[in-house]
Amino acid sequence: MRKVAVAGVGLVKVSEHWGKPIGALFADAALQAMKDAGTDGVDGLYVSNMSGALMQEQLSMGALMADAIAKPGLSAVRVEAGSASGGVAFHEAVKAVASGYSDCVLVAGVEKMSDVLPEVVTKSLVMEEEQEYSAYTGVTKPGLSAMLHRLYLDLYAEPSEVGMMAVQSHENAVGCKHAQYPFRMSIERAMDSPMEADPIHMMECAGVGDGAAAIVLVPADTEGVEVAATTVATDYCSLPMREDPLTLGAVKTAAEKAYKLAAVKPGDIDLVEVQDDFTINGVLSLESLGLVEPGKAAKYVAEGGSARDGELPTNTFGGLKARGNPLGATGVYQIAEVALQLRGAAGDHQVEDANVGLAQNMGGLGSTCAVTILRRLGR
Amino acid sequence: MSVPRYWREEVPRYRLLGKECTGCGAKFFPARPVCTECGSTEFKDHKLAEVGEVVTWTVIRNPPPGFEKYKPYVVALIELEDGMRLLSQVVDVDPDEVQTGMSVEAVFRRVKEDGKTGIIQYGYKFRPVVE
Repeated sequence: MRKVAVAGVGLVKVSEHWGKPIGALFADAALQAMKDAGTDGVDGLYVSNMSGALMQEQLSMGALMADAIAKPGLSAVRVEAGSASGGVAFHEAVKAVASGYSDCVLVAGVEKMSDVLPEVVTKSLVMEEEQEYSAYTGVTKPGLSAMLHRLYLDLYAEPSEVGMMAVQSHENAVGCKHAQYPFRMSIERAMDSPMEADPIHMMECAGVGDGAAAIVLVPADTEGVEVAATTVATDYCSLPMREDPLTLGAVKTAAEKAYKLAAVKPGDIDLVEVQDDFTINGVLSLESLGLVEPGKAAKYVAEGGSARDGELPTNTFGGLKARGNPLGATGVYQIAEVALQLRGAAGDHQVEDANVGLAQNMGGLGSTCAVTILRRLGR
Repeated sequence: MSVPRYWREEVPRYRLLGKECTGCGAKFFPARPVCTECGSTEFKDHKLAEVGEVVTWTVIRNPPPGFEKYKPYVVALIELEDGMRLLSQVVDVDPDEVQTGMSVEAVFRRVKEDGKTGIIQYGYKFRPVVE
C-alpha cells in the first residue's frame, strides 16, 4: 500500500446558496481544490452526499458531479453513510490511491439543504436511523441524542458544562471565511434558547445550510500532509441494542484502529475536529475517541481544555455548530480544516506546532464513524 | 408506507412479539436475522413483558412529517420487566411529569395516518402505571 497525501483543498462558505444548483456548489469546491493541488488531472471522483435523493430528488450523483466539472469519462461514485458520508468517502478515496488503482483522486462532499422545508430536513435526519422500530416512534435525530444527554446529566455534568461545547465552537468560528455563523454566542444565550428535544436547547444544535468541500489526494512525497490513518467502524443502529448508551462503540473502534495504524497515542493528537451536531455528541465523541476520560469531557470543555489555545484544540474553525453542518459534506470540511492546520495555513485559526490532527465524522446516533488522522511531513 | 411494509410488522407491533434464539436463549425485539450472541439463525417467539420503567427520555417539539398533531410528545428508552429494552412514546402524561424510573405499561394506539386515503398506522405506546 502506498502512503497518500492531501495535495489540495477547497471550501465553500456554508450558507443558504439560494441561486446555486447543487452541481454549481460542488464545482466551486472541486475547482478550488484542483487549483490548490496544481492539477486537474484527476482519475477518480468520490462524491459524498447524504440527502440529495430526498432534497433534490437526484440520484446518479457521481455522474452529475463529474458532468458539473466537465469531466465526462471520469470514474465517479456517490458515497452515502448518513452524516458520516464525508469521512467514509474520504476513506474510500484514500484506498483508491493507496492501492495504486488511482494516482490522483478528488473527494468532494456536497449538500443543499435550503431547497426544502424544515420538516423535510427533520425527516432526512431521522432517515439515518432504523425506520420500523426507531423512527416509527416519532423520535427525531436530536431526540435520540437528547436521551443520551439526559443520561449524561444524571451521571456527570451540569447542563451549562455540556452547553459550553457550542459556545467554544462559536468562539472558534469568529473570522472564519467558510463558516456559516462566524460570531460569538454566550452560554446564557444557549441555555435560554427554547428546547429542541429536552434537555437539548435549540442553540446546542447545528443549523441547516448548503455547502461543499473538496480534497485532492495523491501518493505521498516527503513533504506536505500525509494521511496517517483512515478508518470506518459501525455499531448496532438502534439505541436499545447498545449495552452502554453513553459509549459510542463505532467511534471507539474506529479510533483505536486509527491510532494503531498511525502509530500514535491519543496524547499525540495536537488538534481534533469532532461531530458536535449536538453539544452532547461532541462531548461523548471526545470520550469515545479516548481523548478525555469517560464522564469528564463536559467539565474538560467547560474548563477550557478543548479551547483553541487549550490543551486539546477542538473544532478550530467552528465545528458543525458554527462552521455549519451540510450533512454529507461535513466530514470533508473537517478533514480539509485539519489539513489547513497542519500546513500552517489556518490564518487566525492556526494552532501552534500542529503536527498530528484527527477528524471524527459520525452518522446516525453513532451507527457509522469515520476517523482520519493526518500528519505533517518533512519536519 | 406501503401495504407489505406495514403488514409484515403488524404482529410484532400489535402484540409486542419478539424472538428468542433457540441456540443460546438470547432475546430480541424486533426480530433479527442473526443472533448477536451465538450467530444462530433459528428463533422462536418471545412475548415481551408489558410493564417496565423509563431509562431515559426526551420531549419531541419539532416532529417529523406525520406526527405534528401529537406535539409535544415524549419518547423514552424503556426497560421492560423481562430485561428487554425498546423505544416508545409515553402518552397520557404531561411531559413535565415524566421522570426517569417511572413505571409504564404498554397500550395499543394510533401512530399516524398516511393522508386522508392511506393506511392508518397503529402500534404500541406506553403510559404511566396508575398505582
